[in-house]
Amino acid sequence: MHDEVLALSAQAGGKLSAPAAYLRGFDRLGVVLAACAAAGFICLPFVVFKSNRIVPGDPRGVLEVLPMWAALSCYVVLSCDAAVALRIRGARVRLVAALIGLGVVLLALAVACNALTPQGNKVVRIAPGAGFWVLLIALGLMATDAITRMHLRPRTRVLSLVVFLAVAGLAFCHGWFDNVSIMREYAVNAERFSREAQRHIWLALGSLTAAVIVALPIGIFCHRVPRLRSVILGTLNVIQTVPSIALFGILMVPLGALAAAMPLAADLGISGIGAAPAVVALFLYSLLPIVANTATGLQRVSPAAVEAARGMGMTSWQILISVELILALPVILTGIRIVLVQNIGLVTIAALIGGGGLGVFVFQGIGQTATDLVLLGAIPTVGLAFSAAVLLDALVEVMDRGRR
Amino acid sequence: MITLEQLTKRYGDSTVVDAVSMVIECNSVTVIVGTSGSGKSTLLRMINRLVEPSSGRVLIEGNDTAKEHAHLLRRRIGYAIQGHGLFPHRTVAENIAIVPRLLGWAAPRIQARTDELLEVFQLDPCTYARKFPHQLSGGQQQRVGVARALAAEPAVLLMDEPFGALDPIIRAKAQDDLLDIQRRFGTTIVLVTHDMDEAFRLGDRVAVMSHGRLLQYDRPAALLARPADPLVSRMVGMADRAMRLLSLTTAAEAAVPDSTRSDRTTDDPVVSASASLREVLSELLWRGAQAATVVDAGGAPLGRLSVADILARGRPNG
Amino acid sequence: MSASAAEVRKRGPIVPSLPALLRFAALGLLVAFLLAPQSFAPVFAPLTQYGAPAIYDQGNLLMLTLAHIATACCAAAASTVVAVGLGILVTRRSGAEFLPLSRTLVNIGQTFPPVAVLAIAVPLVGFGEKPTLIALFAYGLLPIFENTIAGLQSCPPQVLEAASGMGMSARERLVAVELPLAMPLILEGIRLSLVINVGTATIGSTVGAKGLGEVIIAGLLSNNTAFILQGGLATGLMAILLYDTLALIERRICRSAHIQ
Repeated sequence: MHDEVLALSAQAGGKLSAPAAYLRGFDRLGVVLAACAAAGFICLPFVVFKSNRIVPGDPRGVLEVLPMWAALSCYVVLSCDAAVALRIRGARVRLVAALIGLGVVLLALAVACNALTPQGNKVVRIAPGAGFWVLLIALGLMATDAITRMHLRPRTRVLSLVVFLAVAGLAFCHGWFDNVSIMREYAVNAERFSREAQRHIWLALGSLTAAVIVALPIGIFCHRVPRLRSVILGTLNVIQTVPSIALFGILMVPLGALAAAMPLAADLGISGIGAAPAVVALFLYSLLPIVANTATGLQRVSPAAVEAARGMGMTSWQILISVELILALPVILTGIRIVLVQNIGLVTIAALIGGGGLGVFVFQGIGQTATDLVLLGAIPTVGLAFSAAVLLDALVEVMDRGRR
Repeated sequence: MITLEQLTKRYGDSTVVDAVSMVIECNSVTVIVGTSGSGKSTLLRMINRLVEPSSGRVLIEGNDTAKEHAHLLRRRIGYAIQGHGLFPHRTVAENIAIVPRLLGWAAPRIQARTDELLEVFQLDPCTYARKFPHQLSGGQQQRVGVARALAAEPAVLLMDEPFGALDPIIRAKAQDDLLDIQRRFGTTIVLVTHDMDEAFRLGDRVAVMSHGRLLQYDRPAALLARPADPLVSRMVGMADRAMRLLSLTTAAEAAVPDSTRSDRTTDDPVVSASASLREVLSELLWRGAQAATVVDAGGAPLGRLSVADILARGRPNG
Repeated sequence: MSASAAEVRKRGPIVPSLPALLRFAALGLLVAFLLAPQSFAPVFAPLTQYGAPAIYDQGNLLMLTLAHIATACCAAAASTVVAVGLGILVTRRSGAEFLPLSRTLVNIGQTFPPVAVLAIAVPLVGFGEKPTLIALFAYGLLPIFENTIAGLQSCPPQVLEAASGMGMSARERLVAVELPLAMPLILEGIRLSLVINVGTATIGSTVGAKGLGEVIIAGLLSNNTAFILQGGLATGLMAILLYDTLALIERRICRSAHIQ
């Protein structure tokens, strides 16, 4: 049936207009990516030279900032990449090409920044320009597309992530990128950065843990008492709908009152400002996905399996633990994945109410119009969320295997 | 022996099972047959207390089942259901080992029992023990389901439409296997089905239910010869009841010992001892022959069967 | 028996359910607060210190709310057009090469916190409404795009086969069969996107966008809990009411088109 449809479309394809027919030999995605990358590389500034951290900068093209040999090798590698993107469909080749391209672009950035920075000057900032970002995104998309089509196994995906992080860590430790503006901001804030990053992770994980402990029983309850299911899920959904900053704000009032009324609470660190409202708000947001997925996961457990378990004389406790929850685990874990990724993002906003976390740099950067500081907060946040997503997705897939 | 005494189940106003009393013999296959909604599954599920009776008693070997913890009772009664209910997250061996584990058997004993059952069900332990249910065919899953029900050597095996999800050819094989296994282990089997052919094929005794009441409980031949209720005669099928009756007798049982060997012509069809009279008659009609030679599994002749012999068996008092 | 059943049926629509009552109350409260904020001053007064104003006084609350909704809606409208278009494109045969990538991108995109999108937009276009609109637009693409793809791909193959078999062209099939069948999911995506926008627009106030976030930020800066609570409650109520209203509209549309 599908073959017929394809055959029909192929016939229709025979009557394409001339340019479309010409393009048929090319990978369409490759055409788009190569065009974007070429435009970005040629027309947009590769780096921006700023005489200090907040002034608007002076854009520089690749030829202006790279030594001749480096610029030439950049051109050669990127042209090869474009050729691969256009003509070769094999995912492995494309992935290798994209990774080489990414490496070259990043090295070019390091070389450019080192070349532009006057010796010993701590004030000058050399920021990656739009051209760099376009190249990075285009090559990143090419790699992502290749990885997606390779259907890597969960273990391989986690391993790739670890290798990637290790290489990145090594490059940073060796100081290759020390002259890039974002790393300059890092150098200034190094101590604070590691503190806030740890705090960020603790806020996200802490609220998640509390939510799992509370939400699992509620989810089981929803499954057992279907009449209350819609009421509970509806209420949690309302909480989820309240914008984060509003919820943080609303929670500051009762927590502040609690701290004022009970010195003990204040001693425990509970107050209207700071981590407490953040953790409580994140906890509340986390409930819905876990409760809903627990209930859905339990609902999807084959009734025949539960019936058989009962028939074989398992107690209801044994059935819940070793049949129902285990079988629902992939769906529950999917809920936890949603929550963790969401929390890592939301913790950023906690900085507004004094909760700390990487959002501190984002909002400080916004306040000082210092883009590099914003990126110092934003890039690690995205990296954290992305790593969490890769890890938990792999875990869900491993759990899910052999279940169908 | 399982005794049901005035067993009744009510949900609100509706009575699903209405004062059913019957005695199920040991080492036999009892089939409860009825249309959907007749209460046959509920009756079965009251035996292992998956459904608690509203009134009445179930006695197994004279002991009231209500006096035991329900889950402990269930561990010594095998239970197999339609769609097998295998745990998708456990391997075949782990699935079979569930009740033995619950009963606290030692690991070597569990291992031995698992391998034995897999072999009985023609599943090579080396190949199948580590597979997951979704890697098996429908027929294999069903066999593992029955093996699991038999794992803890239960004296009683309850089966709720166990072959409902199988296609006709695999189903016939599964039915034969079940009879073999019943003979081998001597298990008392109570099986629920809506398929009258299955009931006649498997049941030493058949209980016919409708609207929660037990209409008749008797040997299959008696159901055909003396239906106690118009509904029973309708369910056993008036039109081909003679053929049904023939299908209850094997060629070996009906064969006439052959004293005059000279009668036998080379054209006589040869039929196996385990074939039913219905199959022998069909074969004779097809060949246009008057008689067939019955041979045992080794090919040695047991006797002859003529059309007239068979026709005589198709009458109620034959 | 039958009389009482009829009675129950008749009574049904007249006595609204508890959630509906709560929503009407919330709407009434919100409208009253926006139209006459000063009358709520006694409620908020205990939360202030050192004689600070109890009600936000640096701008008109009603105008801020309208600006807030306008920002969220404009961005959602733009996201809808682009995301539905892209969703259609990647599910056609000619766009199939983009499909695996676009699914992964949706997945990766969701790991970007909204505030990061906002923060990155600022250096590109400066402060004010623009970065907020861009961030809302970009972040709002995801749910709509995801749901459009899911909706278009969940059309039963037999139905598509039948449509082609009746001689519909690819375009006719898209307009008359695929899009209507995908409509519930697309609408759900738009609703999610809009609600996320209402929340993110609040953060937009940190980069100078007009909206209720201003009230909360002002409260945070001047340590005035009353402001924080006003802004928070108004935004929260608005988001919930918007969510419910859109869900209602969705159900109406689907019911009138007989789509499940």
